[in-house]
Amino acid sequence: MKYIGRSVKRLEDRTLLLGRGQYAADLAAPGQLYMRVVRSQVAHGKILAIDTSEARSHPGAQAVWTYEDVRHVPPIGIRLTRVGGLEPYQQTLLAKDQVRYVGEPMAVVFADDPYAAEDAAELVRLEVEELPAQISPLDAPEAALVEKGYGDLTAAYAAAHTVVELEVAVGRHTGVPLETRGALADFDPASGILTMKGAAKVPHYNRDQVARMLDLPGDMVHLIQGHVGGGFGVRGELYPEDVLVCQAALRLKRPVKWIEDRFEHLMAANHSRDQIHRLRAAVDANGFLLGLEAEIFTDQGAYIRTHGVTVSDLACAMLPGPYVIPAYRARAHVRLTNKTPCGTYRAPGRYESTFARERLMDAVAARLGLDPMEVRRRNFIPPERMPFERGVDTLGTRVVYDSGNYALLLEKLLAKLDYAALKRDLAARRAGGEKVGLGIGFFVEKSGLGPADKAVITLEADGSVEIVTGAASIGQGIETVMAQICAEVLDIAPERMRVVHGRTDRIDHGMGAFASRVTVMTGCAVKAAAEALKEKMGREKPPLTAEGWFRSTHMNYPYGAHAAVVRVDEATSAVKVERFVVACDIGRAVNPMLVEGQLTGGAAQGIGGALLEEFLYDASGQPLATTFADYLLPTAHEVPQIEVLVTEDAPSPLNALGVKGAGEGGINAAGAAIAAAVDDALARPGAVTRLPITPRRLHRITLSAKEAIR
Amino acid sequence: MSQPIAFTLRVNGKDYSVRVPARRSLADALRDDCGLTGTHLGCEHGVCGACTVLVDGKPIRSCLVFAVQAKGTEIRTVEGLAQEEKLHPLQQAFWEHHGLQCGFCTPGFLMLAAGVLEAEPNISDEELKHVLSSNLCRCTGYQNILKAVRAAAVEMKKRPK
Repeated sequence: MKYIGRSVKRLEDRTLLLGRGQYAADLAAPGQLYMRVVRSQVAHGKILAIDTSEARSHPGAQAVWTYEDVRHVPPIGIRLTRVGGLEPYQQTLLAKDQVRYVGEPMAVVFADDPYAAEDAAELVRLEVEELPAQISPLDAPEAALVEKGYGDLTAAYAAAHTVVELEVAVGRHTGVPLETRGALADFDPASGILTMKGAAKVPHYNRDQVARMLDLPGDMVHLIQGHVGGGFGVRGELYPEDVLVCQAALRLKRPVKWIEDRFEHLMAANHSRDQIHRLRAAVDANGFLLGLEAEIFTDQGAYIRTHGVTVSDLACAMLPGPYVIPAYRARAHVRLTNKTPCGTYRAPGRYESTFARERLMDAVAARLGLDPMEVRRRNFIPPERMPFERGVDTLGTRVVYDSGNYALLLEKLLAKLDYAALKRDLAARRAGGEKVGLGIGFFVEKSGLGPADKAVITLEADGSVEIVTGAASIGQGIETVMAQICAEVLDIAPERMRVVHGRTDRIDHGMGAFASRVTVMTGCAVKAAAEALKEKMGREKPPLTAEGWFRSTHMNYPYGAHAAVVRVDEATSAVKVERFVVACDIGRAVNPMLVEGQLTGGAAQGIGGALLEEFLYDASGQPLATTFADYLLPTAHEVPQIEVLVTEDAPSPLNALGVKGAGEGGINAAGAAIAAAVDDALARPGAVTRLPITPRRLHRITLSAKEAIR
Repeated sequence: MSQPIAFTLRVNGKDYSVRVPARRSLADALRDDCGLTGTHLGCEHGVCGACTVLVDGKPIRSCLVFAVQAKGTEIRTVEGLAQEEKLHPLQQAFWEHHGLQCGFCTPGFLMLAAGVLEAEPNISDEELKHVLSSNLCRCTGYQNILKAVRAAAVEMKKRPK
């Protein structure tokens, strides 16, 4: 291998380092209008009147719209999951007669200048009769029930030596890309083409949706991605604002630009997580799980957005993780509350279910007096049972673990940690009065969602190569990785390659970038196209073009474990992460440097979710975290040196490269590992039941321990 | 609204005549009136540091300063770091150490680091981490940013001022 497996420097970086990136806010079109959204200030209420007269007469204001102006546009559709009956909970572009969360768009103002747009927006008078807000998901209306399972649970309980139960919860987090959402829409009357720049993640799907909603032919709408300042599941989904910008460009006959501010982002872009898991496990005398039952409550917020019930679906499908578990049943209740609607955030449904499952494995170990790692070993699916039919479906595919040697990865991690010595050292420090502990969480990820990807590669007469893909960049380094894969086939240096992505006008088929699918799906399509091109190169002279496809009906399944060493400061109830190790098998690393970057960045987000980040609401549904002063992202202070162990013991048999996705393994088990480490530091198994472990929650835990001693 | 004020901003050694309302932030003036969009806005309330630029050598958050306050100062932005097409040691180190992913926070980190290393070339690792913790990055987990800045510090000391 000449290019694959090398830490090639990124092709993307030079432009970005020079400050020449073109993010959504950097775009401009002559004569553009600026859109500003007027948002609900109450969590639940009946709209009595919206007075736009003063706003309309503000200098520079060109138009003000409310629901009546966009009533013909259908609500935002559902991209993922095939659960029916969700239509009543879809969100309209602007609130119709009720508002259901603080931040819901009620009106939009278009003005010549962004300052004028903001001034005019403040002049829109909202008359809303406030109604009681639904805050808890436990007694909230249910939009959907997701059920999965297999095996004979009754027999499992009958044979059980003991039954272990627990209830745990993960708070409300979101991806928080550093670039807020934004778009620039422009309609060209000469060609009849509507172009929206600022797309991300799934441009082709969103192109089809915009065309459908605005009643335009699909080929008359182009979505174009510039640079994208982070995705993490949140950015690039179709939101009401995207469609409003497009509708306005059509109707007002001027380009329309919209850039949200951070305050808006934190209450209007998708939230995620926010699940309660009630688990009940039938366990034999050796700690082997005979059966597992899960009751999950997802606080979906006010509407069902593009993801449908994906997060709950994935939580049910991925909860069993790396363990055999012969009988299983999960029921996820998707509940509607007066909060920001939820979608996906990196490792959706897995950060939550791994936390719940690994808390359970620790509880089993504590109940039976076993080492927590030994309980995991006894339950691991052995490598000889691969491929392993999990017995459930998700995202329209059968869950079949393609390859994996979980016990081997755990042993490699324990060797890296020098497990026995580390435990002795921590025990000695605890004996000396320090509150220090070690926690390990194991996980199975999923990646490479199909069904198909296409790539078109051209060898130009000057020897350079253009690779056109239907993928999208969210900052993950796709250009470099695609160029490396192509370079390996053609034996041309990656620096001679130009990778096109996120442009619906350059390729007719594209699935975008989500579910850690790009390296697997687009990468294999690039490989196929490069091979077809290479064949032509023997026969003809450039310029030459060849096309390639990759199809897959199954996802593949990376796996790994996180280990955390923490110190609890009793005086402040703060948790300091002293050491954090991510071990992950992704089959094969195309660019080890980028894989480590993904895992490290994911781990930092996972630490944030475990200790700092949370959207809380008061009893009236007012969000309490709407700025970076309240929604706390980890800084260089909170993130320790992340130690990464990438293994390639289980290449995927489902593709010729053997690759699996690396995007989500870094975050998956961070909450689980840190919770276990805090338990260990406090010498109180099962003490942590909720993330994030804020100082307030930790203080309550230590206080209850002191009272118990008294 | 008050009448626009006309003045000159000196950015990266070049004069820009601007005519802006008193309330316009320096970040907006750099981006919209000078066309220097390398300075990014991530929160507009002084927390994330993506908009960090150097004013008379000191890192400041350009979202919290009015453009008119920067009159008569020497401003430096990310666009002024490289010499022609030759990357500044910080830019080169960020590239080599994979110190960026989406790149949105990068200009702010580059300018923060440039300001600090020029003022304190011998800054300790611990102090450097303390300073860099004032900006937010959501992609990298900071480790490679720290590595890159440390590597650049060594390079910058070798260079004649």
